[in-house]
Amino acid sequence: MAVQIPFATVSQLEEAGIVEDAFLIGLLKQCQISENEPAWLQAVRQQAAAWVARLRVPTNKDEEWRFTDLSSLVRTDFIKPIPIKVENIASIPEALQSRLVFVNGVYSPELSDVAALPKGVYVGNLNQLPQKYPIEEYFAKHQDTGDVFTSLNTAGCEDIAVVWVEKNVVLETPIHLVFVSATDNKASFSQPRTLVVAERGADLSIVEEYSGTGVYFTNAVTEIWVGENAGVKHTRLQQESEKSFHISKTAVSQACDSRYTINEINFGGRLSRHNPEILQQGEQTQTSLHGLTITSGEQLADTHSIVALTKPYGTTNQLHKCIVGDRAHTVFNGKIFVPKEAQLTNAAQLNRNLLLSPKARVNTKPELQITADNVKCSHGATVSQLEADEIFYLRSRGLSEDDARHLLIDAFAKEIIERIPVKSLQEKITQIALGKTQ
Amino acid sequence: MSEVILSVRNLTASVDGIPILKGVDLEIKAGEVHAIMGRNGSGKSTLSKVIAGHPDYEVTAGEIIYKGKNILEQEPDERALDGIFLAFQYPIEIPGVSNLDFLRVAYNAKRKHQGLEELDAFDFEDLVEEKLEIVKMKSSFLERSLNEGFSGGEKKRNEILQMALLDPTLTILDEIDSGLDIDALKIVAEGVNQLKTSDKAYLIITHYQRLLNYIEPDFVHVMHDGRIITSGGKELALELESRGYEFLDEQSLAEVGA
Repeated sequence: MAVQIPFATVSQLEEAGIVEDAFLIGLLKQCQISENEPAWLQAVRQQAAAWVARLRVPTNKDEEWRFTDLSSLVRTDFIKPIPIKVENIASIPEALQSRLVFVNGVYSPELSDVAALPKGVYVGNLNQLPQKYPIEEYFAKHQDTGDVFTSLNTAGCEDIAVVWVEKNVVLETPIHLVFVSATDNKASFSQPRTLVVAERGADLSIVEEYSGTGVYFTNAVTEIWVGENAGVKHTRLQQESEKSFHISKTAVSQACDSRYTINEINFGGRLSRHNPEILQQGEQTQTSLHGLTITSGEQLADTHSIVALTKPYGTTNQLHKCIVGDRAHTVFNGKIFVPKEAQLTNAAQLNRNLLLSPKARVNTKPELQITADNVKCSHGATVSQLEADEIFYLRSRGLSEDDARHLLIDAFAKEIIERIPVKSLQEKITQIALGKTQ
Repeated sequence: MSEVILSVRNLTASVDGIPILKGVDLEIKAGEVHAIMGRNGSGKSTLSKVIAGHPDYEVTAGEIIYKGKNILEQEPDERALDGIFLAFQYPIEIPGVSNLDFLRVAYNAKRKHQGLEELDAFDFEDLVEEKLEIVKMKSSFLERSLNEGFSGGEKKRNEILQMALLDPTLTILDEIDSGLDIDALKIVAEGVNQLKTSDKAYLIITHYQRLLNYIEPDFVHVMHDGRIITSGGKELALELESRGYEFLDEQSLAEVGA
């Protein structure tokens, strides 16, 4: 049975008058967690809740939130959504029987199907996780960057989507993780949580998808552990409703000789923020980040990434592209750390932005912090518009103005879309991109 | 008598309010090759862009009659679909668009305009393979992004390939020869010569007489300060080559003096 938090800690802190932020505590109090949870998890949650109580929602005065104003989020009253029946979940033909669905953060067994998975793989929620998997060694064990939303999720997420791939298991079928928000008229709040463990030598591809209808706030956290010589291809499709708020963290730790690639596509949300944070913990790790953000209307989409190289022979390659229309706004900040220990590494980062309207706005800040002296590093950012000469060239070959524009926008987006390892998603995303840039 | 394909009458045009063309008259009939020569800045490239409909150039007076119709109100794509083709001096590089896809889209836009069925990817590839011969291009060109990283010669050959596919009635070659080595120039010129027919018209804009050794013009016009100041046969090009463009200054001085 479920109980409402008051965590002992929270009420004690409240009584002691040291609670910083009423909005955060309000959200925390709405979270319901099972009272049958294991002791280790309760301890982790209490610690996280104590953090939340001490922190406040960041404002534009905080460097990391300079261009992303959360006041519209704070002004909204979010409540825990009443259970709603959802039918028709968009599926991926390649992953019909390797799919987990969570509605408003709650596992939906009737919409999920994991029949196609081989031995040595667990894909399911926390409840059914077999004892043999030591989840307590991984859950919420990523280096804490003091992010209040991550702590809020740890303290109050209702369930955990777990993907566990054992040693040397190579999974050909992509795993589709679907997080849907469905609300009635009230603004609602949910906290999806995902834990992916790829043991030594394992290889897998996951597709994480967020969508919904109405006004809601998704505060999502995904943790990924890539073991020694393991490989994870991560596709992340964020197409939340146009009235929603989406704040999310993807925390990744990579052991030596491992490979991690994220292809993130951001289409949705009135306000969205994604923080990919990747820590290379062993030698010769490879990290690739490819992002495509398309905003229109009054949307704001923010990607703040961190890649920390800590050992020799690591490589990281990042290309983040934004297409910004109407009065929309995108923010990019990419930090790459190359400390003294990370010699003979190779880091490249590029952010390219295409503005489709005179009122569109971009803030970009590629950041490299290098103290190692024997490395190859590059970074840069470009902001451009569709060039009149390019359009004229295409029109002089008989293409209409619209067709010429679409061809150019499509070409800009394609560089990211074609890297997505799931064919049907490439087509789907191309179509959505086309619709969003009409 | 041959049909008049293009008739430009007293055309004036400006860009950002600065007059560039100051009264151009030109008539090209089917089967004819006209060359316009002139120094940089004389307005010859502007003329080619104005005929093709570049939106940055404002036509302030005069007319452009193409196949009996004033086309000044037509969009660039409408002009293209009606058979006007401009080979660019600087073809635009478009990363992410494969050359093959671009050629197919352009070719099918034309087919659609003509009320014909569009060609699918396979049929189109067969067609384009044939045309590659004309400009001696390898099929690996087709897989690359449109003009991206192409050498000068490759870009110009790609323009002629588009000409071969789109089969225009009026072809304008804007400084197709500038910056080409002699081998590339020969390929480009031979391509054009192969495609030449008696029902089409050709306008060659060039700074150098050399191109005209390979594509023989019927008429040569000299442009200076936004006007065609003298016209003649192909011997005029040779004269220009030997005397240089300096005599134009003497001539305009003489005009002022008179």
